[in-house]
Formats: sequence, C-alpha cells, structure tokens
Amino acid sequence: MQYISNTEKDKLEMLQTIGAPSFESLLSDIPKALRNFKLNIPEGISELELDRQLDELAHLNKNFKYHMSFLGGGNYDHFVPAVIDRLALRGEFITAYTPYQGEASQGSLQSMYEFQSLICELTAMDASNASMYDGASSLAEAALLAVRFAERKKILLPATVHPEYREVVKTYLSFLEAEIIDIPMKDGAMDFDAFRKALDENTAAVIVQQPNFFGVLEEARKITDLAHQKGALLIACVNPISLGVIEPPGEYGADIAVGEGQPLGNSVAFGGPHFGFFTVKEPLLRKIPGRISGMTVDRHGRRAFVLTLQAREQHIRREKATSNICTNQALCALKGAIYLSLLGKQGIRKVGLLNLRNAHEASDRLLKIKGVSAFSQKPFFNEFAVIINKDKAKLKESFKKYGFLGPLSMENFYPEISSGYLVAVTEKRTESDIEVLAKAIEEA
Amino acid sequence: MSVLIFEKHSRNDASWLPKLKEPEEDILKKLPKEFLRKKEAGLPSVSELDVVRHFTNLSQKNFCVDGNFYPLGSCTMKYNPKCLDSIASATSFAQIHPYENEEHVQGALRVLYEMQAALSEIMGMDEFTLQPAAGAHGEFCGLLITSAYHRFKKQKKTKVLIPDSAHGTNPASAALCGYEVVQVKTNARGLVDVEDLKTKLDGNVACLMMTNPNTLGLFEKDILEISKLVHAAGGLLYYDGANMNALLGICRPGDMGFDIVHLNLHKTFAVPHGGGGPGSGPVGVKKELISFLPKPRVLKQDAWYTLEKTAPHSIGKLRSFYGNFGAILRSYGYIKALGRDGLAAVSEHAILNANYLKARLKKIFDVPYDGFCMHEFVMSARNQKKKGVKALDIAKRLLDFGVYAPTIYFPLIVEEALMVEPTETESKETLDEFVRILLEINKEIDQNPQKVLDAPHTTPVSRIDEVQAARNPNLRYKGI
Repeated sequence: MQYISNTEKDKLEMLQTIGAPSFESLLSDIPKALRNFKLNIPEGISELELDRQLDELAHLNKNFKYHMSFLGGGNYDHFVPAVIDRLALRGEFITAYTPYQGEASQGSLQSMYEFQSLICELTAMDASNASMYDGASSLAEAALLAVRFAERKKILLPATVHPEYREVVKTYLSFLEAEIIDIPMKDGAMDFDAFRKALDENTAAVIVQQPNFFGVLEEARKITDLAHQKGALLIACVNPISLGVIEPPGEYGADIAVGEGQPLGNSVAFGGPHFGFFTVKEPLLRKIPGRISGMTVDRHGRRAFVLTLQAREQHIRREKATSNICTNQALCALKGAIYLSLLGKQGIRKVGLLNLRNAHEASDRLLKIKGVSAFSQKPFFNEFAVIINKDKAKLKESFKKYGFLGPLSMENFYPEISSGYLVAVTEKRTESDIEVLAKAIEEA
Repeated sequence: MSVLIFEKHSRNDASWLPKLKEPEEDILKKLPKEFLRKKEAGLPSVSELDVVRHFTNLSQKNFCVDGNFYPLGSCTMKYNPKCLDSIASATSFAQIHPYENEEHVQGALRVLYEMQAALSEIMGMDEFTLQPAAGAHGEFCGLLITSAYHRFKKQKKTKVLIPDSAHGTNPASAALCGYEVVQVKTNARGLVDVEDLKTKLDGNVACLMMTNPNTLGLFEKDILEISKLVHAAGGLLYYDGANMNALLGICRPGDMGFDIVHLNLHKTFAVPHGGGGPGSGPVGVKKELISFLPKPRVLKQDAWYTLEKTAPHSIGKLRSFYGNFGAILRSYGYIKALGRDGLAAVSEHAILNANYLKARLKKIFDVPYDGFCMHEFVMSARNQKKKGVKALDIAKRLLDFGVYAPTIYFPLIVEEALMVEPTETESKETLDEFVRILLEINKEIDQNPQKVLDAPHTTPVSRIDEVQAARNPNLRYKGI
C-alpha cells in the first residue's frame, strides 16, 4: 500500500525541471558509507490484508464492550456518546495542524477557547490552557511552576496520590533544586499530623489528589487553608467527571488545578491518547505552560480567536520558556469539549450522581460478603478500596470465570496493602453487574 | 458573528444517560455536605442537534490536509490514511484498559513490542521507548537519558550544544534538564559550522542536538566528522527526528553515529495532527543507553509479551501508562501497509517534490542556501519586502487561494523565511497549481500590493488583532 500521487511520467518531468539526471543524484550530500544497508522490514500489504491482520491482533485483547470492567486507577470505563467520535473524527478537525495561521483555523481555535471556558466553569478556576499530555504530566508541570514561582524548594506529595503520577512528578523535578517530601497516609487519606509537621515557610506547594488514588475524598478545604497560612500554593489534581457533584478546586481555594481528561468523552485506549488539563487562578495566568487560545477581533471588528500569550512558549522564548511543551492533545481536548457541551449543566450533575450512587451500591453490597472489609472509612465518589481476605489466585480465577475485568489489585502499587482491591463503578455499571462481581468474590 | 456554545440555548435533559433511580437528595446523602459542590457549574444547555451543528460549523472554518494543500515546513502535513483511523477506533483497541492482566492484552502489547523493533530497524538504533507523548516530550526523555548516562559514568557535564537553526523545543528541553544552552553557528552553506563547533566542544558538553536534514532542508554532509568530534570530547549525539520524512530507507541516524533519537509519529509516520495533537514522540537509543530508558518497556519472552518489571537505572516515568497507544497503533499499521519499499518511496517522493518546487519557485523568491535540498527548503521574501510586502502577507494571501501557508519566520537565521514542505503524498499537479498561485501573488505585489497587505479576504475572519489578544487576555467565556 502506498499513498504517492505522482505518476512515473510526472517523476521524469520533475527531474528534468530540477535539472537532475536521476533521483540518486539528489542525494549527493549523503556520504556513501551511509547508503550501504537494506531495511529489514517486510514488504507492504494491501488495506484489505492490513485490516485482517490488525483484526486478528485486536481479538487477542479483552475489551469493555464484551467484558464489563471495574478497573480504574486513573482511566475509567465511562460511556462515550456516538456524537463525539462522529464530530471529532471529521477531517477538518483531525487533519489540521496547530492553528498558527489563525484565519484558516478558527474552528480549532474557537473550540480550544470553548474547551478552556468549559474547564474553567467545571473547576471554578480563572484560566485554563488548551491541554497537556495527560494528568500525570500536568501535575508535574504544576509542581514545576510552583517551585519556580514561589521560589521555595519543598513540594509536599502525599502517598495517596496516584503512584504513577508521583513518579512523573519526581522525574520532572529531578533537575530543579527541589525537595519532594512524601506525606504518609492514614485511613486512606493524607495523614494530617505528618502534613502539619512537614508544612513550613519553605513549602512551595502542597499537592492533593481529589478523589485520591483510593477513591477517597481528601479534606481539601482544610488542607488548602493550612497551606495558605504558610504561604504555600495548593495544587489540586481532580477527576473532572466528579465536579458536577463534588466541590470544585476553585471553590476551596486551589491555586492550580490539573487533572486527567479521559473520563470526559475519551476512550481508554490502553492508556492513551487522552488529555491533561491545567488551570490556575488569575495571579498565575502568565505562568501557564502550553498553548492558549484567546478571543480578540479581526480587522473588521468581528469576533476572532488566536493563539495568545505566546511570549511564554518555546518557539519564541526558547531556553527561557515556561515549559518545553509544543504539540499537546488538541483532538482529545476537543472530545472533552464536545462531551461537556452534550452533558450541559444538567448532565454533569446527573453523570456525577449516577457514579456516586452506583459506587455506593457496590460498596454496600461487597461489604456484606464474608472476608471483605472497607479499606477506609472516609467518603468516596466513584471508586473505593476494599480488603479481600481470600486467596488472590482464586479470586483471579473467579473473575475470569465470570468474564469481567477488575477490580485492580493494589499489590503492584502498595505491596503493604497486597490484599487491597480498587473498585471503580461508573454510570455504565448496573445492579446485575454489581451482583456478578459480588458472586465472583463470594465464590472465590 | 461566530456564536459560542455558551450563547446557544435549547432543551437539554442529558437523556442519553440512564435515569436516576432515586431522588437527587437521597443520593447526595451518601456524602457529608462539606464535600459537595455548592454553585452549579456554568456549562451550556443545548440539545444534541445544536451540539452537532455547532461543532460541524466550527470544523468548516478549518483548513486541513483532507481539504487543502498544506505545505507547512517542518510539520510534514502528509495525507493520513483513513484505514488507520478505523483501526484505532476498533473496539478491541479503543476500549481496553492499561491495567488489565497481561493475558488479556496480548494484542496491544504485541503492537508495542513490534513497534519498538520496527522503529529500531528504521532508525538504526538498538531499542526504543514509545512512552513520550510528543516530540518535545521525546526531547525531554532523551536529555534525561543523557544526564543519567553521564551521572552513571560519574562525569559532570553542564552544557548542551544546539545549532542556531534548531527548533525552539531543543533549547527549552535542555533548560528543563538544567543544562546551559550553547549555540553553534550555521556556515555559509547552511550547515553546522564545524570550526565553530570545535571551539565550543569541551569536556563539559553533555550532547549536541541536531536535526538532519536540518531546518533549512539540507543534509548535514559533515555528519560523520561531527559525530567523531562530539564522541571524542565525551559527549553524546542527539537526533531530533522532526525531519525524518527525508531519510526513510535512504540512510539511518544510528549509522551516522547518533546515540539518541526521537521521532514525531505525527509527522513521518502519518498520525493526523488533530489541530495540535495527540502526537507521539518515541525515543530510540544505542545499546549502552538501553538501561536508562523510561519504564516499563515491552519485552518478549518466547511467544509472550510482557511489561518489564524492574529497571533500576531507568530515568523513571514521563507520563502515566505506556504512551499514546492510539497514535502508535496508527503508525504501526502505516509501517505494515507501506513495507520497506513503500517507506523508501515516501522519502523519494518527499525529496523529489521539494526539489521540484524549489526549482520552480527560485525564479520568484530568493533561495539563500542553494543546491539540492532534501524534503523541504527555505526561501526568503526579502526581495518582496523591499516592495513593502512581507512573508506574513504572502502567507495570508495564500489562504485566499485555499492553500495553507508555509511555515514563516523560521528558521530564525533566514530573513523573511518561508519554509516549504510539500510531502510525498502531493501530486505534480497540486505543486504546479501552488506555483501558479505564488506567481499570481507575486504579480499582485507589483501591481496591487494592497490586496496582499489586506489579505486574507475569503476566510471566516480577516487578519486577527494579536496585539489586543495578548494585551487584554480574554481566555474564557465569562457569562453575560
């Protein structure tokens, strides 16, 4: 399969215009020593064969459509209405470049502006960028911003933050003179005594994930107030789909709020691509990393949109840029914007309530099983952890027998909680789904 | 005037979601009050039809590869085969979870494993990570590896050398890793000035970051000597793969002596740009650097694909999970479809198209660095500027003819730069039409320059006031 449009005749004519005797003669700058190899890649195949081969590979995977899922831990099986892919896969969106020529890119630019507006409304923050790679790298960029802005060294990072996110924060900060202080957990939430002890005048920021990795709601407002008393910033990492019901970070006073956008209309797709979002309060506006679309006017005074505040960015500032980010996740953010538009103010509340209700129903049911106990007594949204005192291999067998995915064993993340399981219950799960899960655990 | 989604109102009851079985108040009792949202989120309220119509109308205000010639230099705006979209949307690829048991995702793990191997072969490297989400993320990854390597060797290196023609992400990524950035000059032929390089190479240089062909579209023909010099000074050689579309099956960065490379799958390997992502920025390394790659890599044990469990020297993680799988999957299909001959044909026609356009356009524009180019070239509108029309104006006027503009004012070392990359998928006919349009615009510059200065005339908006946008930032809708 090839996607070349020139004919052999075109090629000869073109070489003639160029004044080159052959294609090879165009390569005269390349040292001969470099030309002596043959690519060890199989011959090409037709679209028909490709379709068949990839289909065979796909069938080796278990998908959520035929295997209900209780897997969470950062990516969730939410319902994606048909409208989203129909719109986002339009050639006009998917095959456009970053909108550097604004006049020919108003579609991308306005949808970015709307994305920023929707995310600001959802998080109750003042300003948003047009997207980041994912939740983890957004959190890391937030920590970077905090250390530079506050000119303080310490970042308080609770053990209740997603373990992969914590690793990414550490990677990003490894070259700053920053100190990451791990805060232990207590009953599935940040340990307040340890937090108070670690917080001081040298703390740049406190990170709180809401809900945290265990699904537990942290006492975000109290944590924020304490952080502010010491002049530290509060970075909230939030699940956007919770915010129709759960208090948004802007309301409890977060200075930076970030998160993973996958729950908003993006398929899980084995962990990506999705998008991260990055929001701030007004004083940090010009410190935001990445692209931002702004509303302005054209020569005739008509409403127009354009990439703005570019003086922060790498293509202008080079080594002095606020971040090195360039390409982000525009199309995934567009899906997020369409999803939020479809939900509207009624829907964002409804989807939150459905998640909240289903997860609590599942928790109530599972806790009735002998050998199952709660990991934490604290409130949760759509994900919760339980301790299952049963043989892990038998449990796995039983899940397999009933043909569903999950819950997530905490063994690989917190070896000290090896009998812990994280159960994610979205709007997609029904009473009978929950009953199947309960049965599978009972029989193990 | 363009209407915002917030400014539309119609019936929305989100009935695509199931009904609530209990009253709201009862459900809310499950949480203590202090955790609840007090003020309703100010989202719009519109029907499904209005959402569809709104975003359809927005899409129609975009230029795109599917509809327009898009000769945007350094961005490789080639045709994105539609079959790859279908593959990426397949349920058993789109609806699988990164934390499923390995036995449930053997297909996905195999795609990742084979992609690591295919990219290694194409680039002449020993191993690849697919984790970085975009080119700049790949650069960050490569520089972290550079740093980890020198630390492992107990060498203290403080500087990164970068040619003055480089992409802005190069210095920004180096700064993120705490390096001092030192610029290397471009010589009169448009190549890295080897003499200047020699004066800047010393024991403190961690690496030299290069793009080859460089951003002028020229092959760095002294690359083997440069490689020797850098390695002799104890530095590594880093390859920015933004321009790899020129070299598929023709030569390999690994053979040139590059130790670390990053690719932009959204350029060379046909992942659609999506209006600015998602992309994917895999990073390849030579043998001695494999242990520093981000974790986890995908390994193959007999016929079993598995995620690496321990990696004590790894630089860690750059993001959650394993990379932009959906993008990687598209490129995997692309490589399979094209095969070795198809890949070579990509670069052959990319180079042919660029040289053809250059040969024809040099009669209109000044081409500061002449000679054969690779997949792109840079011309200058400095002669047109003398007549009062800048590269920016020409770019805007092109839009009226339904052609997206070349990259302008980059690389920084060329005055009034217009950087043109036609890609391999365009036909001679399209290129001829582009030349005809530029000839017409050039005629206008002589006869009716105001028409060019006022352009664009036919786009949804005319020239945009960027100064006001930056001075009084309006970055979100704030209600009435």
